Amino acid sequence: MSADKIMVLNPMGFPPNVVNKPLAPRLSTLEGKTVYLVDCRFDDSDVFLKQVQAWFGEHMPGVRTVFKPLSSVYLKDDPATWEEIKARGHAAIVGVGH
Amino acid sequence: MTIEAQYGVPTVAMHTDKFDRVARSVAAVNGMSELRQVFVPQPVMGKTQAELRAYVDGRDPLTGRPVMQEVVEGLTAPFDGRGVGTIEYDRSTPRLVEADTEENLHRLFMESRWTDYLPIVLPTEERVAAMLAATRRKPDEVVGRMRPTHFREAWEYTVEKVAVNAVMAGARPEYFPVILALAATGVSARGSTTSSMAAMAVVNGPIRNEIKMNAGTGALAPYNHANATIGRAYGLLSQNLQGGSVPGLTYMGSQGNNYAYNSITFPENEERSPWEPFHVQHGFRPTDSTVSVFSGCRATAYTLGIREKHWREHVRNMLRGMDPHIPPVFVIDPITARQFIDRGGFTKKDALIDWVYENARMPAAEFWDYQLVQNYIYPRATFGEEPWATKLKAAPDEMVQMFKREDIHVVVVGGETNGYWRIVGATYAKTVSVDDWR
Repeated sequence: MSADKIMVLNPMGFPPNVVNKPLAPRLSTLEGKTVYLVDCRFDDSDVFLKQVQAWFGEHMPGVRTVFKPLSSVYLKDDPATWEEIKARGHAAIVGVGH
Repeated sequence: MTIEAQYGVPTVAMHTDKFDRVARSVAAVNGMSELRQVFVPQPVMGKTQAELRAYVDGRDPLTGRPVMQEVVEGLTAPFDGRGVGTIEYDRSTPRLVEADTEENLHRLFMESRWTDYLPIVLPTEERVAAMLAATRRKPDEVVGRMRPTHFREAWEYTVEKVAVNAVMAGARPEYFPVILALAATGVSARGSTTSSMAAMAVVNGPIRNEIKMNAGTGALAPYNHANATIGRAYGLLSQNLQGGSVPGLTYMGSQGNNYAYNSITFPENEERSPWEPFHVQHGFRPTDSTVSVFSGCRATAYTLGIREKHWREHVRNMLRGMDPHIPPVFVIDPITARQFIDRGGFTKKDALIDWVYENARMPAAEFWDYQLVQNYIYPRATFGEEPWATKLKAAPDEMVQMFKREDIHVVVVGGETNGYWRIVGATYAKTVSVDDWR
């Protein structure tokens, strides 16, 4: 192989700019609040989230939890579910990303 | 991420620890690097309630902190200011790599994960220019956008960027229109899925013979320069133009997939097939040159010919061996294609597809219990999507169809040294004109 320096082209594509999105303000407490447990419906995530629900029942009984499976597969946006949570809930736990 | 950013609901995402890097990376490229994320051990799948309760009661394997403490704090602890503003980050890719010796550049390309770890051809300006001369398209013309998974951002690429990857793969300039057409599909041959899927590319029309592709003996590899390097270029351009295919970050295939080395790239043997070519089935003329891409390739079943007495049972057995989430593509040697006519009466591909659709069946209870059916089909059924919603009403022992008819395909390839043929589990994505990229 030659020791001469050569110029070559970069093979990577062009990424889009990233715009940082503001996150939702946090709650001061979960007491008396409704927390949605959003099931991604993937690889037994429902079984896992029901254990999270049981934990709240035992350790933070003042928190109301709602187990909510996504309407369809996790690959599809689910505005109906998001609207419901915004209208009736205060926070969400989404799982399980495998 | 949607519920947090668009609906303003404080959210914690829970993942398994194997997905640490990818989960944080996906959040970052979606502009949510401060997204609250909590991790539990892998796997969740198949664990008992008691085992999963132990995860919940236990500690985050990455931080060592109690899982539920992190969850509660994730919903209640205020941000320190980093996650609440709107900031735009410019990202760009330089056209050139800093000049260096060939040896150092080969090392740089490998360490940057721009290769498939086989030797590459360095994309000098001269080589890239020769590739670009094989199309009338301008170097700076945008060809498409691609991403390794639904959750990541799509990256954009130009004709020149595709040419760079074509050179690296060792492709000759006359293959470039096929490679551009593959890039134009926007379908990645380097999907990030844990299932380790590969792509399949089927070339039809006059271009096959113009560039001396092999549809005969040994067509599926590794015995033809065009088949080999076009397929390799599809893989390299996918991983580089979509922004990478790095294990643990932009690639999560648990086992990997040897098919990914050249994406099962071959031309249909139109001359020896008794049926109409694949691209004609999809609305193109026989004189058009096209490439058709499939994804999800992992499973293969094979046999020799079809027997006079029990071929139906044999083919049913092959179909029952496929995962019902991914439909079957019959990849048939011309000898067996003619046997399907002689013994099955399938004078058209459509007739064979009808038979497959009707005969690929299993008990409903078994069908719905497949993990991938649970993950990807059952939620759609419960959402009312047909034909799954109707199928969900079947009694447990009722024999239900495993696949949708429109998802079943047939391609003819092979050199007639014998009648071996196979069923590849693969999802047809699209057929793209090669002529548009000449």
